[in-house]
Amino acid sequence: MAGVWIIAEHRDGDFRKVTFEAASAAKTVADELGAEVVAVVLGKGLKDKCGELGKYGVAKVLYAENDAFEYYTADAYAEAVAALAKEQAPAAIIFGASMQGKDLAGRLAAKLDVGAAVDCTGLAVEGGRLKATRPIYAGKVYADVLLKADPQVVTLRPNVFDVKEAGGDAAVEEVSPAVSEPRVKLEEVVKEAEGKVELTEATIIVSGGRGMKEPDNFKILEELAGVLKAAVGASRSAVDAGWRPHGDQVGQTGKVVTPNCYIACGISGAIQHLAGMGSSKVIVAINKDPDAPIHSKADFSVVADLFDIVPNLTEECKKAG
Amino acid sequence: MNLVVCIKQVPDTETQIKVGADGKSINMDDIKWVMNPYDEFGVEEALRIKADKGGDVIVVGAGPKRVTEALRTALAMGADKAILIEDEGLYGADPIFVGKLLAKAIEPLNPDIVFFGQRAVDDDCGLASSSVAEALGMPQLAVIVKQELDGDTIKVQRPVEGQTNVLSTKLPVCLTAQKGLNEPRYASLPGIMKAKKKPLEVKTLADLGVERDDKIEIAAINPPPERAPGKVIQGETPEELAVNLAKALREEAKVI
Ligand SMILES: Cc1cc2nc3c(=O)[nH]c(=O)nc-3n(C[C@H](O)[C@H](O)[C@H](O)COP(=O)(O)OP(=O)(O)OC[C@H]3O[C@@H](n4cnc5c(N)ncnc54)[C@H](O)[C@@H]3O)c2cc1C
Ligand SMILES: Nc1ncnc2c1ncn2[C@@H]1O[C@H](COP(=O)(O)O)[C@@H](O)[C@H]1O
Repeated sequence: MAGVWIIAEHRDGDFRKVTFEAASAAKTVADELGAEVVAVVLGKGLKDKCGELGKYGVAKVLYAENDAFEYYTADAYAEAVAALAKEQAPAAIIFGASMQGKDLAGRLAAKLDVGAAVDCTGLAVEGGRLKATRPIYAGKVYADVLLKADPQVVTLRPNVFDVKEAGGDAAVEEVSPAVSEPRVKLEEVVKEAEGKVELTEATIIVSGGRGMKEPDNFKILEELAGVLKAAVGASRSAVDAGWRPHGDQVGQTGKVVTPNCYIACGISGAIQHLAGMGSSKVIVAINKDPDAPIHSKADFSVVADLFDIVPNLTEECKKAG
Repeated sequence: MNLVVCIKQVPDTETQIKVGADGKSINMDDIKWVMNPYDEFGVEEALRIKADKGGDVIVVGAGPKRVTEALRTALAMGADKAILIEDEGLYGADPIFVGKLLAKAIEPLNPDIVFFGQRAVDDDCGLASSSVAEALGMPQLAVIVKQELDGDTIKVQRPVEGQTNVLSTKLPVCLTAQKGLNEPRYASLPGIMKAKKKPLEVKTLADLGVERDDKIEIAAINPPPERAPGKVIQGETPEELAVNLAKALREEAKVI
């Protein structure tokens, strides 16, 4: 049986969490298909790290060491993975729908002349093939997607699939796929403030809208987020007012997020906002208007002034921590 | 400069999306169709580059006849020419296939830069651009919030988790636009009048020598999973409300 592959994602010498999520999800479908999970690791100086992937169900690692893989470029990654896949014919290639994964999926699928199901929130096996479930229209509806050609390229939305430990060390095999001269150069990396949690990977998000009234008031959300190790998001109104950066916008034309807990403060719950956060596991609304649409989507509603509630909530959460 | 912008027509973001009768597509009644919001950033950026360096802005859209409206909007914003790849059955097609199709129409334009939205807000894929880049043998710089041209070198900012990568490459290139790249202009009234006279070329799949070849199949479309009814947190004072909310999140939902 052809293997189920994952592509490992790493930064600064460590695998990222989406890699373990992909390995765990791949292991579940591979077991059903009677196949093995094989991880492709493209990197520099990562050989000793590879064995660690065994813990998440990876049986074998194909490790390729090359200067071209020190940091990710779509060109080098797609070329290398496609070359390996053509040689070894895996049934599926699964990886995280992180920024890297989102970039790679199309290039890889186009190179292999196959389809791709991206940013999936569900993965099942049906009649020996994968069935991927993915939100479309930012989660207004969900599509079940079948991939008609092998390898079946699937990316998984971060923070949706559980990391499951299974097994021990993985066998590491060195490979050396050819790569062309790089066309894209990484000139510089500008890091964001230390400790800032990325929205699409956050387990908790505290989000503010026009009800925050002015940019300085976001401080109280930052404080709550600090205690909860959460990311801070915003509605488009808050972003368009210039209160928060564009990257913080949640919604159909912003980031689509799936945290365990989404706390909406002073957000009315417009359809475009609900689309982007509606599949969060638990939704909390803090809004003084009892008729605000966000309340009808919330698991827990607090109908009150956010400026009274949020600081008290922060204090309460501190106590427990 | 030959500047090409790919434009997808999508349902207005206000639209309540309903599952169609076949259970595999969406109900297309009463939809207001608009230019994909991310594609507006592409049109705007192309127009700014044209203003600075000269050249032509050509917009390309593939889909049913109604896509003409989205193309006219781009012409009204200031684009010079439009190409419609008309095909009544194309809505909902595999974006990798759509990319191959777009590439056929774009190749003869000999582009320096091809712009896309970072994703279409209907299929939420962000795949068509990579497929075009691959077919045309170009590098792609995706999800960018800033670009700078210096001769035939382009430098962009691409925010990724927790950091911004500054990347550079040589033209020709495919770029995908993220919010923040610019503030798209509105079509002015004179712009709308002028757009009516601008060239809009219509091509078919057959003209481009392409046959429909989707590699994905939508087996079903379903409404989102039902959520259990919510609960209103009770309390007399803000302190009490906060305590009860924290308790619910900790003990009932177990998320903090
Ligand atoms: C093409 C398009 C795309 C869009 N994409 C997005 C998107 O991606 N994301 C997005 O968010 N929006 C998007 N929008 C905008 C969307 O339609 C709404 O306008 C926006 O979400 C409203 O933001 P808001 O809830 O912060 O503001 P409002 O709707 O003004 O709501 C503010 C809320 O705060 C409450 N409030 C005020 N003061 C307090 C207080 N002291 N305590 C408690 N509550 C208080 C009020 O009761 C009110 O409900 C889009 C719109 C369009 C046209
Ligand atoms: N049918 C289409 N016609 C023109 N451009 C398209 C079409 N489909 C996708 N695109 C372009 O590709 C981008 C990404 O689309 P998608 O891969 O469908 O999410 C869009 O923002 C458009 O720029």
